[in-house]
Amino acid sequence: MIDVKNLSKNYDSFEAVKDVSFFIDKGEVVGFLGPNAAGKTTTMRILTCYMPATQGSVSVAGFDVFDNPMSVKKRVGYLPEHPPLYQEMTVESYLSFVGKIKGLSGKILKMKLDKVLERTSTAEVRSNLIANLSKGFKQRVGLAQALIHDPEVLVLDEPTVGLDPKQIIEVRELIKELGEDHTIILSTHILPEVSATCGRVIIINKGKIVAEDTPENLTSGLQGQERIEIEVDGPSNKVLAVLSKIKGVLKVSEDGDGSIKRYKIELEKEPDVRKAIAASVVNNGWGLLEMKSSGLSLEEIFLQLTTDEEVEA
Amino acid sequence: MRNSFHIYMRELRSYFVSPIAYVVIALFLAISGIFFYLLLQSFIQMSFRMMMQAQQFQMQVPAMNINQMVIRSLFLNMSVITLFMLPMITMKLFSEEKRSGTIELLFTSPITNWEIVIGKFFAALTVYITMILGTVSYVSVLFIYGNPELMPVISGYLGLILMGAMTVAIGGLISALTENQIIAAVGCFGTMMILWFVGFASSFVGPELGAIIKYLSVMEHFTDFAKGVIDSSHMVFYLSFAFFSLFLTYQAVESAKWRG
Repeated sequence: MIDVKNLSKNYDSFEAVKDVSFFIDKGEVVGFLGPNAAGKTTTMRILTCYMPATQGSVSVAGFDVFDNPMSVKKRVGYLPEHPPLYQEMTVESYLSFVGKIKGLSGKILKMKLDKVLERTSTAEVRSNLIANLSKGFKQRVGLAQALIHDPEVLVLDEPTVGLDPKQIIEVRELIKELGEDHTIILSTHILPEVSATCGRVIIINKGKIVAEDTPENLTSGLQGQERIEIEVDGPSNKVLAVLSKIKGVLKVSEDGDGSIKRYKIELEKEPDVRKAIAASVVNNGWGLLEMKSSGLSLEEIFLQLTTDEEVEA
Repeated sequence: MRNSFHIYMRELRSYFVSPIAYVVIALFLAISGIFFYLLLQSFIQMSFRMMMQAQQFQMQVPAMNINQMVIRSLFLNMSVITLFMLPMITMKLFSEEKRSGTIELLFTSPITNWEIVIGKFFAALTVYITMILGTVSYVSVLFIYGNPELMPVISGYLGLILMGAMTVAIGGLISALTENQIIAAVGCFGTMMILWFVGFASSFVGPELGAIIKYLSVMEHFTDFAKGVIDSSHMVFYLSFAFFSLFLTYQAVESAKWRG
């Protein structure tokens, strides 16, 4: 559906996007993750034909964005970072204007307008001036604007930014729902958003793709190792000694004070040594109070990939 | 072209839901109304004096030309006042969309840049024409109480519209070059002022350069219209200037995309 090959974009001497390639299949919901100024917006603007690329090719729904922009624009709905709203218009007249320049007219326009108002729950403010709407409603009108012509591909640039927690959940629900019959690419720097909505994550930093996988695969064992946390009631120096002797254990660190302590254990992925750990704790007569696998959180992976600093385990 | 119409309608509506159009039109009508009143007043006084003199010396009352004394001066005055008003109409055409980000919607919609440029141009021109048509009420007073010639009135309005089309196109161009509405307004105003007063220089720069400068002067081309002469060379001047500015506007919009 979206095929990006060796895409580069320079602003004067600054390289915003460097040789980026990725492919998004029909019906996928892909998160575009990266710190600010990583090149997310630039990539999205090229996808939506807002600006041309310096190098490389992009095709959306089978049409090249450079050779055939009109066909691409008809099939793409775009919500920029700042929703492109005319403050002096009412929600309804604004959406109807957008529908018209997207090529809708007459009964179909009216039908789609009603549908999109309902879908984004903006029907109650349809005759309000956009200038008087709350941030949350503005964002939803922005979303409605991207949806009105029922595009195959949705490009959403930070769709939940500036919303309150309840609205964020609502927008995420909506994106999930839309994901059932649309191909969606959304950018964000908020990590839970990705795990909540996306089937695949592309992490981009300084204009380059640094990782690309499902959120689950990214969180579990990016580097071929696993992590568990256990809570043990026993003398810590002995526990540490015993645990680190178990085959397959890479590293043990302790945490907390008193006789009950938490231990973070890094393991090789294969074989599964959790049984051995549990057995050795119990055999030594200590109390095993808790054991859970902890994996690297998406935050930690993200930081690891996008900064040069080591993440503290 | 249907898309141009949608852009046109949206733009036009935005003029009339905000106070801009009303303020500009009201101001223009008030100022040109004052001028009209003063011109008419002096015409009436002068004709009174002529009548008195004629009676005194047992002569015939000389014919006073209302076209020459009131209508021509009114059009010349109005053409100057529009110079002050038009930048306020054109300043927001592109710069506001750039600043607020709505240009992103237009650029990512299946419409061409020509359609955007044309739609916006005609919307601003419509506001302008609405503004000058308000003065028809002044002129019609003259037709009710006197019998001026119609032709100079028609040619005067035609001249105002053509000159306005050129100014709107230049204003749109400057608005497409900046995000700042003040700069857009001042830029348009300055450009028009230069094109207006450049004619004065024509008398002392030598014959060749003088002819070129004279041709560039907006005032030079308007005086014939105010006199009641419709000369196609003047029409060509205004229209070619307008088309050229629209073409540059298109280029400016297009290049904004490439520069990012």
